[in-house]
Amino acid sequence: MSDTAAALAETPAAARAGEGQPVIEARGLNLTFHTNDGPVHALKDVDLTIGKGEFVSFIGPSGCGKTTLLRAIADLEHPTGGSLTVNGMSPEAARKARAYGYVFQAAGLYPWRTIEGNVRLPLQIMGYSRAEQAERARKVLELVELSGFERKFPWQLSGGMQQRASIARALAFDADILLMDEPFGALDEIVRDRLNEELLKLWARTGKTIGFVTHSIPEAVYLSTKIVVMSPRPGRITDVIDSTLPAERPLEIRDTPEFIAIAHRVREGLRAGYEDS
Amino acid sequence: MSRSLPVLTVTAVLIALWYLAVIPMNATWEYDQARRAGTELPFTEMVARTMAQERPVLPAPHQVVIGLYQQTVGCDAVGRRMCRETTPLTVQGFGQRVVAAFTSNRSLVYHAGVTLSATMLGFLIGTGGGILLAIGIVYNRAMDASVMPWAIASQTIPIIALAPMIIVVLNSVGISGLVPKAIIAAYLSFFPVVVGMVKGLRSPDAMQMDQMKTWSATGAQVFARLRLPMSMPYLFASLKVGIAAALVGTIVGELPVQEGGLGVRLLSGSYYGQTIQIWAALFAAAILAAGLVGIVGLIERRVLARMGMKR
Ligand SMILES: Nc1ncnc2c1ncn2[C@@H]1O[C@H](COP(=O)(O)OP(=O)(O)O)[C@@H](O)[C@H]1O
Ligand SMILES: [Mg+2]
Repeated sequence: MSDTAAALAETPAAARAGEGQPVIEARGLNLTFHTNDGPVHALKDVDLTIGKGEFVSFIGPSGCGKTTLLRAIADLEHPTGGSLTVNGMSPEAARKARAYGYVFQAAGLYPWRTIEGNVRLPLQIMGYSRAEQAERARKVLELVELSGFERKFPWQLSGGMQQRASIARALAFDADILLMDEPFGALDEIVRDRLNEELLKLWARTGKTIGFVTHSIPEAVYLSTKIVVMSPRPGRITDVIDSTLPAERPLEIRDTPEFIAIAHRVREGLRAGYEDS
Repeated sequence: MSRSLPVLTVTAVLIALWYLAVIPMNATWEYDQARRAGTELPFTEMVARTMAQERPVLPAPHQVVIGLYQQTVGCDAVGRRMCRETTPLTVQGFGQRVVAAFTSNRSLVYHAGVTLSATMLGFLIGTGGGILLAIGIVYNRAMDASVMPWAIASQTIPIIALAPMIIVVLNSVGISGLVPKAIIAAYLSFFPVVVGMVKGLRSPDAMQMDQMKTWSATGAQVFARLRLPMSMPYLFASLKVGIAAALVGTIVGELPVQEGGLGVRLLSGSYYGQTIQIWAALFAAAILAAGLVGIVGLIERRVLARMGMKR
């Protein structure tokens, strides 16, 4: 019980203790898929360090390996070379230690379970007691502002609300890493803006380390403390940009010169990736 | 209303076509009779007679309906004494006849009961076996490669040829009565269940399987919480086919045994040229099948609606 409270504590300062200490480290990471049309270099010589409490966006055109990198971190793909550690362990050990929650592009809620039932699902699988399940479901649904929708079924909710429920589900078991693969990609821009704002608040309140895949430049710049620009064939990192934006980010920040300057650098990075590929 | 109107129209058209077909089918016999008697047979007279033959080639619809009544709760079915005691027929008397019909081996109700019990047992065995086979196929590579061809081959053997052999073999090891018929029913009903359940258990997509992996779910958990619930719509579709197949299997299984059931009524009807009896038994089987499929459909709607999978 107490560890739930600590993890969901609304004290960013406390949550940020130990900030910067590496959580995800990739050194010379390679991942090649062997297909019928020959090998596909989804990731080539990727070096990356993600510190605790960072909000890292992965941006790049389709096929540049964003999903593959996130999946490798989550132990859903197996690197063919180099090293990759999560919380100092192998990705497999980290997965088994419940180091991360993963949010897929589609909300992937079970239609036969209520919203609360969906949030409880990983908790049931992990063997939490019924009382603990109820308490945690209540807390995370409050966190994503879905209190009052516990008894609803997924199809009774809008796409944006479904995606919030799936974020709640990924948060329910206190993983301190949240991996999100284009979670708002299928939503319209207005809903997206709101969810981005809420995601920043949630990040500030929980102090999670977040890996976020997107192909929207404004989204990446608005959300991130670090932007990883990638390019395809072979999939690789072309630029890593540390954001200079303040922690407090109203939506209007997107009109400031500082924001525009970062967005410009991201765009340059993307273009460079295109030119030399 | 909007849904029953087209159904009623189609039914009315079918009945009209049936009546039309009755005339040429039964006319030959009437003309033969008239020629032998040396009398003239006017057309209208001929038509009227084709509708009222005792052993028509094709009975008229109303003859089948009357036959169905006679052979369920009519005097033929419930016995002379019960018939006398309940004539003129009151509501209470009708109730007594229905009760009597359940135990009178001259009533279709009794025979339908015999068929139903073997059908249900066979359906349960077939469904259980089908589900187990499907689980084996989904989880075991060797079974995946080997079982399906056998299952398909099993369905290509005409059941009418296989049924007597199953009965003889089981009889020789001392198993008779309900079980052999149920096994033939199971033989027909397991197949749709296997096919449907394999498809259903494999219906979770890669993302859903990955999601389970991110939670480090065990195989049993993936089965119970993902594969099984997702297979429910497929299971119910299969059960509807399977229960009808079980009924057909039971009827075929009844033919060589002659221990009662709708199959026996069909066969004895054809021995004695009692076409009305054949048709009445056929309709009783159809009504039974429709009822069984309807009940499965009702359960399906309930379960899927509760699971939020309403279609
Ligand atoms: N399972 C797979 N098998 C073969 N090739 C794959 C597989 N997954 C991804 N790829 C290939 O790897 C490359 C990177 O894919 P992905 O990581 O999905 O890119 P992104 O998410 O940036 O669009 C693409 O060329 C894609 O076709
Ligand atoms: Mg992708």
